[in-house]
Amino acid sequence: MGFHVLSLVTEPMSLADAAVGDVFVVSHVVAPSGAPQWAQQLEDIGFIAGERVAVMARGVPGGDPLVVRVGLSTFALRLAEAACVRLAPLKTETAQ
Amino acid sequence: MTEAVVHLYRGGPLLALVGNPNCGKTALFNLLTGSRQKVANYAGVTVERKEGKLTTPAGKALRVLDLPGTYSLHPRSPDERVTHDVLYGRAIGEKRPDLVVCVVDATNLRRSLRLLLAVKRLGLPCMVALNMVDLAQARGVTVDAEALARELGVPVVRTVGIEGGGDAALRATLDEAALWRRSSASAGTGGPAIQATGADHDAVRSILRRLGLDELIPHTLSDRIDRMVLHPVLGPLLLAAVLFLIFQAVFAWASAPMDAIKAATGWLGATVGAILPDGWLRSLVVDGVIAGAGGVVVFLPQIVILFFFILVLEESGYLPRAAFLLDRLMGGVGLSGRSFIPLLSSFACAIPGIMASRSIANPRDRLVTIMIAPLMTCSARLPVYALLIGAFIPRRNLWGVLELQGLVLFGLYAAGIAGGLAVAWILKRFTARGQVRTLMMELPTYHMPTLRNIGIGLWQRVAIFMKRVGGVILVLTILLWFLASFPVPPIGATGPAIEHSLAGILGRALAVVFEPIGFNWQISIALVPGMAAREVAVSALGTVYALSATGNDTALALAPLIAQDWSLATALSLLAWYVFAPQCLSTLATVKRETGGWTMPLIVAGYLFSLAYLASFVTYRVASALGAAG
Repeated sequence: MGFHVLSLVTEPMSLADAAVGDVFVVSHVVAPSGAPQWAQQLEDIGFIAGERVAVMARGVPGGDPLVVRVGLSTFALRLAEAACVRLAPLKTETAQ
Repeated sequence: MTEAVVHLYRGGPLLALVGNPNCGKTALFNLLTGSRQKVANYAGVTVERKEGKLTTPAGKALRVLDLPGTYSLHPRSPDERVTHDVLYGRAIGEKRPDLVVCVVDATNLRRSLRLLLAVKRLGLPCMVALNMVDLAQARGVTVDAEALARELGVPVVRTVGIEGGGDAALRATLDEAALWRRSSASAGTGGPAIQATGADHDAVRSILRRLGLDELIPHTLSDRIDRMVLHPVLGPLLLAAVLFLIFQAVFAWASAPMDAIKAATGWLGATVGAILPDGWLRSLVVDGVIAGAGGVVVFLPQIVILFFFILVLEESGYLPRAAFLLDRLMGGVGLSGRSFIPLLSSFACAIPGIMASRSIANPRDRLVTIMIAPLMTCSARLPVYALLIGAFIPRRNLWGVLELQGLVLFGLYAAGIAGGLAVAWILKRFTARGQVRTLMMELPTYHMPTLRNIGIGLWQRVAIFMKRVGGVILVLTILLWFLASFPVPPIGATGPAIEHSLAGILGRALAVVFEPIGFNWQISIALVPGMAAREVAVSALGTVYALSATGNDTALALAPLIAQDWSLATALSLLAWYVFAPQCLSTLATVKRETGGWTMPLIVAGYLFSLAYLASFVTYRVASALGAAG
């Protein structure tokens, strides 16, 4: 089990993998090398460390794009965009 | 080419409205300025510029600029770039605002206040319009404006953008002289307005915590609606139903007013024709000006109905959801869901559709959308389709349920859509390689659309259409009338007058080109005035055949005439031509305007002509081979 926890720390889950309805907080945002501007853009629309996020719905077919709640706003993101948003479990918010 | 910058409502201090998208900024702008608005473009870019005039209770006249909505001062689209440039005083031909009114959405304070903190650092005099306080109240969020003002260090007034009088507090505050003075602390700060977004976020959260507003209270009604609208099965079904309703409305509801306009135009032409003496002047006024203007106005009912629906969907918040549902489908051909609205508009007329493409941030996507917009079957093609289908396709039931004529009409629509998707797909292969496209599209909470905002929006769009399109079509119609009327036939000449005119000569020359696809010289001539507006080709055919015929035969309806004169293969070939051909010069003029050069209109015209010729050629040859040439 210790190994599993370690892997979670080094490789945090992204918003692209989140199940519909599960609430997380944003850990940090990583932009892909092909689109470095995404980090700033995602921050601008509210994907800021500590903010609450949840996937509200997924497009059909293929689960792309997805509808995401961040703070009080709702955004449609493509999978690749959602994959930039790394998550932390909700409880760490209160621990901060 | 440099565009002259027009300063509307010259003079007076300039007040700029800044805010997030969907914060109710435009509703507030409508409330502040009423109908005293001017819509134009910013210099050098196709971003809509809205300026209005406001008089304060003390009688001070102000200019109000409604800047495009933005999430931050890091611009990511041409619209946001304009807001950024104006606020920094870098926009060409724009004065740096004397006062910034930050419109803050009371239901989403976190995001709104982040922008406010960035704007405040610019050093411009600044105040907050706390908008949508009614909606916040309904969700149990009461914002103490005075406490917020103390925290932020700028005046805060409460506003309700959708309610008459909801702007009273804001108007009164504008008379306070202190508001317009730069505070000495922030005056002329050369420091960066941009700070780490995270730091602003933390500052906003601590402010909200102190005000007891840190709780996240989502709009549960919106979420409940979204569970239906975004449902994998129900969502697409609902979208299909909405689209069907719009189509039904555009074509069914519009027919009565359109008939009335046609009758009125005909009556006006006959009345004026009876007054004026026979000669070229009468012909110019009746056949050129009145018929030309009538040809534009007749589409107004459809355009009003279409825009009404689009505005209602936009105001309510449904449109981005539709774009979300269609994103995957559009992604298959290299476009995004955002291209959906321009393409939908193009079914009424490609011109408002091309104008609507401004909302697409990605330049490649925007150009591709503009290129395929003319392939969506616009309503101007309907008269041509109706004539040809009525004349050549028998009324017959297929399998007891489907009507053959209706099926052919549906097939023509489908061919246009398929053609557009195919072109986009091919362009994706060549131009979208390695492209990363962003979606990041907000789905705002649902709102009940207000009559006032729909009315103002409708009026502005109709005015733009009438000004831009009306002017072009009228000029072209007069030009083509000239081509079709001069030179006059020599005395004693037989045959229709149009044969002797420039258009006739042009048509005969074109007939050589069009012969391989089955068009006779009459069709070729009709295609020339049909360049003004597609449906004009019908009346042009009428002219050619009416004048070709002798005596009382003019009274004969066109349909049986062409049914007798043309082969089925020719008719099908002409239908195929009309699916693809860039038959309307106004569309090309709009493409030039929106893309700022001749390259795109030439490319569009070139590829559409090639496509149309190819489609007609194949149709004609195949139909002939199947024995339809007789």
